[in-house]
Amino acid sequence: MKKEDIPQDDGALNKLTKEVVYAVDNSGNYTTELSSGWAVKTTALDLAWEDIEQRIENARQKVINKEASPILFFIELRLMDIGIVSAYTGFWKWSIKQHLKPAVFKKLSEKKLNKYAEAFNISVEELKTMTVHEA
Amino acid sequence: MKHEFKHLQAAHCENGVTTNLLRTIGVDKITEPLAFGIGSGLFFVYVPFLKINKGPAIAFRTMPGLIFKRTCNALDIPVVRKKFSSKESAEKYLQECLQSGQPVGCQVGVYYLSYFPKEYRFHFNAHNIIVYGKEGDKYLISDPVMEDVTSLSSYELERVRFAKGALAPRGQIYYPKENKIITDLQIRKAIETGIKRNVNHMIRIPGGIAGVKGIAYTGKKIKKWKDRLGQQTAGLYLAQLVRMQEEIGTGGGGFRYIYAAFLQQAHGFYANDTLLEVSKTFTQAGDMWRNAAVQAAGIYKGRIGSQADFDVMGDYLIEIAEVEKNAFQTLSKIKWNS
Repeated sequence: MKKEDIPQDDGALNKLTKEVVYAVDNSGNYTTELSSGWAVKTTALDLAWEDIEQRIENARQKVINKEASPILFFIELRLMDIGIVSAYTGFWKWSIKQHLKPAVFKKLSEKKLNKYAEAFNISVEELKTMTVHEA
Repeated sequence: MKHEFKHLQAAHCENGVTTNLLRTIGVDKITEPLAFGIGSGLFFVYVPFLKINKGPAIAFRTMPGLIFKRTCNALDIPVVRKKFSSKESAEKYLQECLQSGQPVGCQVGVYYLSYFPKEYRFHFNAHNIIVYGKEGDKYLISDPVMEDVTSLSSYELERVRFAKGALAPRGQIYYPKENKIITDLQIRKAIETGIKRNVNHMIRIPGGIAGVKGIAYTGKKIKKWKDRLGQQTAGLYLAQLVRMQEEIGTGGGGFRYIYAAFLQQAHGFYANDTLLEVSKTFTQAGDMWRNAAVQAAGIYKGRIGSQADFDVMGDYLIEIAEVEKNAFQTLSKIKWNS
């Protein structure tokens, strides 16, 4: 890539910093230049987020329909999977799968609910009522 | 506790931490491309049975942690690396390092990295930063991908040092142990080792999913994505490929431009013109990767999306595999003793 061809589009990272890109100058020597972003990858990231939003919405519906406990909603909201939740809470994966059932979730002890709340960075009350605050 | 520390921005976090830490012990000739090349950073792998964020597991670079390790090894610089089981001992050790004037590299997770934009905060645990001082409750942070230095509270730093999940950092700290004088001859030797190892990883690695064979394999897979996954998921898969290839840290073109820059700089230590010639080939490979990304974007934006468009996309990768194979074969023939 030539230095003058480095894209200077907008991207989410631009809020924080420009990024270093490597390109060749007119004499063919490599140099670095700052770039504010590239539309091609901005769209790729946007698409990933649209998919995440969709998954969160699906999970919310499942909880409302009593097909899943709020744990599912927060797993999606926090971009986690059962493996990550298991690592943060110390629960076995199979017991987390049990806790995803609304009936089992209702009977969870305060201590266990606390572990989940901590992993999701929310309060137990928010966990039970599926309330969102910004992390 | 504040120490004199010069922050230099880099494309990739681990290259940046490596070059910046080496500067703290007086080694100032190792640029980002040199660290990347000596550490044999260029790679490709597609693990078909593994999923990352519900998409394909694709990497354009070597395993996290190896670039620092290999670069220091090759230059005969002893390294201290520590993991911790308790958060308290991890912070205590960090404070001792800072008190003795030693900036340290820390492996961290980005999900709770407060200064990162929300859009970039996934559960990725192999980000690298330098902690170079402490003022009140604020740890002074040099994140190599950023233009300027920043800071984290002790709670924020603890949270990212003890992020959980795949590649959990477990408070990992690392730094070069002592001041060393590094000669140009040592750098030359390190470059040789780095290139030879990278040749092995890209064209002699067994199996079909890594190295240049992995690139061609991915190309063939992509042609089947439309049928196998459906238009929407196929689009998401392509978007993930592009993010791995172009996102922050790659320097553009899936690290191929950084590698081309490395070969050009390597020529300064070993005047063999093959290095310059192959550097141009990697610039070309980087351009091809970016053309492929444009094609992929056409598909995931929904502008194009026929089977023929997926075939073109797959063929890009098959072609790139051939170009990179030739490049590494040429590098493998360099006579280093002359």
